[in-house]
Amino acid sequence: MSILKIENLKVNVNGNQILKGINFEVKSGEIHAIMGPNGSGKSTLANVLAGREDYTVTEGKVTYMGKNLFDMPSEVRAREGIFLAFQYPVEIPGVSNANFMRTALNELRKFRNEEPLDAMDFLQLMREKAKLVEIDKTFLNRSVNEGFSGGEKKRNEIFQMAMLQPKLAILDETDSGLDIDALKIVANGVNKLSNENNAFVVITHYQRLLDYIIPDFVHVLYKGQIVKSGTKKLALELEEKGYDWIKKEIDV
Amino acid sequence: MEDVNIVEQITLSDYKYGFISDIENDTAPKGLSEDTIRFISEKKKEPKFMLDWRLKAYRYWLNMKEPKWANIKYPPIDYQDIYYYAAPKKAGEGPKSLEEVDPEIRNTFAKLGIPLAEQQKLAGIAVDAVLDSVSVATTFKDKLSELGIIFCSMSDALQNHPELVEKYLGTVVPSTDNYFAALNSAVFSDGSFCFIPKGVRCPMELSTYFRINAKSSGQFERTLIVAEEGAYVSYLEGCSAPMRDENQLHAAVVELIAEKNAEIKYSTVQNWYPGDKEGKGGIYNFVTKRGMCRGDNSKISWTQVETGSAITWKYPGCILKGDNSVGEFYSVALTNNYQQADTGTKMMHIGKNTKSRIVSKGISAGKSQNSYRGLVSVNTKATNSRNYSQCDSLLIGDKCGAHTFPYIDIGNKSSVVEHEATTSKISDDIIFYCNQRGISTEDAVGLIVNGYAKEVLNQLPMEFAVEAQKLLAISLEGSVG
Repeated sequence: MSILKIENLKVNVNGNQILKGINFEVKSGEIHAIMGPNGSGKSTLANVLAGREDYTVTEGKVTYMGKNLFDMPSEVRAREGIFLAFQYPVEIPGVSNANFMRTALNELRKFRNEEPLDAMDFLQLMREKAKLVEIDKTFLNRSVNEGFSGGEKKRNEIFQMAMLQPKLAILDETDSGLDIDALKIVANGVNKLSNENNAFVVITHYQRLLDYIIPDFVHVLYKGQIVKSGTKKLALELEEKGYDWIKKEIDV
Repeated sequence: MEDVNIVEQITLSDYKYGFISDIENDTAPKGLSEDTIRFISEKKKEPKFMLDWRLKAYRYWLNMKEPKWANIKYPPIDYQDIYYYAAPKKAGEGPKSLEEVDPEIRNTFAKLGIPLAEQQKLAGIAVDAVLDSVSVATTFKDKLSELGIIFCSMSDALQNHPELVEKYLGTVVPSTDNYFAALNSAVFSDGSFCFIPKGVRCPMELSTYFRINAKSSGQFERTLIVAEEGAYVSYLEGCSAPMRDENQLHAAVVELIAEKNAEIKYSTVQNWYPGDKEGKGGIYNFVTKRGMCRGDNSKISWTQVETGSAITWKYPGCILKGDNSVGEFYSVALTNNYQQADTGTKMMHIGKNTKSRIVSKGISAGKSQNSYRGLVSVNTKATNSRNYSQCDSLLIGDKCGAHTFPYIDIGNKSSVVEHEATTSKISDDIIFYCNQRGISTEDAVGLIVNGYAKEVLNQLPMEFAVEAQKLLAISLEGSVG
């Protein structure tokens, strides 16, 4: 089943065209990796899909679960099952992780006409999911991301993803700034959540994350376009030859 | 960009409690003179000392100048263009039970969601309801009087306990204290009087709802709370005013007196009409609130949640005279649109080993200006005293302002004064992060603001805290980006 279909997507930021006609389709059960050098438009793609406002879609179409994605404000996209793991998760002082997650989860349940989760069930769910990403219990009462290390923030993103059980998860350079242990924890979280009903788009600069999260498809984004698509092999080839190999091929 | 949206949306939200109830007024002629004061005093059948006191304050006031040091701007106030007294007509006879209360008045309170009926007993709150100037209904008097507690309107206190009023009135805020306190002393209309005798712990929260109602009638409330040795009382004050165009002057005075080992907790939720989104109308709120920890080991705690008024000028303070006495000030001041607030506290350490704690949380949105002004003074004899101040500012959007003016004056070497301050902003990054987790912008702002104000809200009694939390959300409602 098609979860996400992107057709000829063109996007401007401050009058500059960043995405210049993107096409690809994500089906349920699939993991797609998007790779590319810095400045190629990877984060722009993630943000546009999540509904950030500073981006102007000038052309193209994105269909999510059969609906026009651009008809939905970002909070509705989230409730419909799109999750973005942020490259730079923000700190929200004074709002505990528990309170934040409870609000988010209950918004989601309300959207699905479900009763809000009672305190006990919620707490149990939190504990269970916290284990998945090896987060200490005390973290739940701390303010969202406040005083967290880079690695903790990224693990918190995966924790939130586990709580919200999205249909489509977009990981925006979740591996950047992580040591190998944290990387394994994050990858393990993703692998445990991945099933035949959901899909992942993993954006990364480096191949190493793909040693732990095995993608079905790899797309190379360069200068706002997907210049090459392939399987896991493509990622390894990139690792070996570097992005210059692609650049040379395209810029000629 | 999103911030701009939030600001605009907030600006669009309307004052929820704007309505005018239609009650006939028994009104003094416009303007201020000795005649006006005599009219008020006569209407209220006051003892002679009260009239003399009022006239003395008035004569002093005539030679005073309006203070200009606060970080607020407003057009000159014409003190001759104000009605200084307006009483609901039927008050002359005095209602014998709630059923006799003017149905209009009862409706007004009902619209505000104020439980002024049997529910009060269940809620455990005794309400001394003030509509405009005269007390309309007082409940629970019997139960309280069994304990020797006096809780009534200032007018009633002047009739039934004149010696107590004479003994304590003006001992914390003298009639000559400042321009607005002098004005209040001259023309105060009514207010609450509360007396807790020695060793008595007041078994319920005492609560008063104030409400400005008659057109152009300035509201000059006078409240006096006395806790004798070892007594305890928690007092709640809540405000909400109807919508109107003209500016209305409000100059209240609150005096608290705590004797040895006594404790007074004074909580306020203030929601006067703040003016419309263009900054038109709204209440001018010039308030003098001060508590005196007169006896050793006494404690006075102020908690305020301020969301209303076009202009707020207010510094609830504590004079820590008794040794080991404690003063606290917890405040959330929210300004939006064109509101201006200059608010904070004064902690005056006079006794030995006195302690004070200040937690101030300012929230600015729209084009508002929000200032914290605080004075911590430690007398040469107030050895081993301590103060801790925390002043935080939260900005929503980029057209508002937050200012902090801390004054510190320490007269001895054994005392310690600490001051911490932070400024943060609800950025579009935070809002987008919340949106991406399925939380709407409005809910996100509410979540953040309530998280930010938590430390202060926690100081309020439970049912009041819920009300305050709602009020913060209402005040920022429509903030969908």
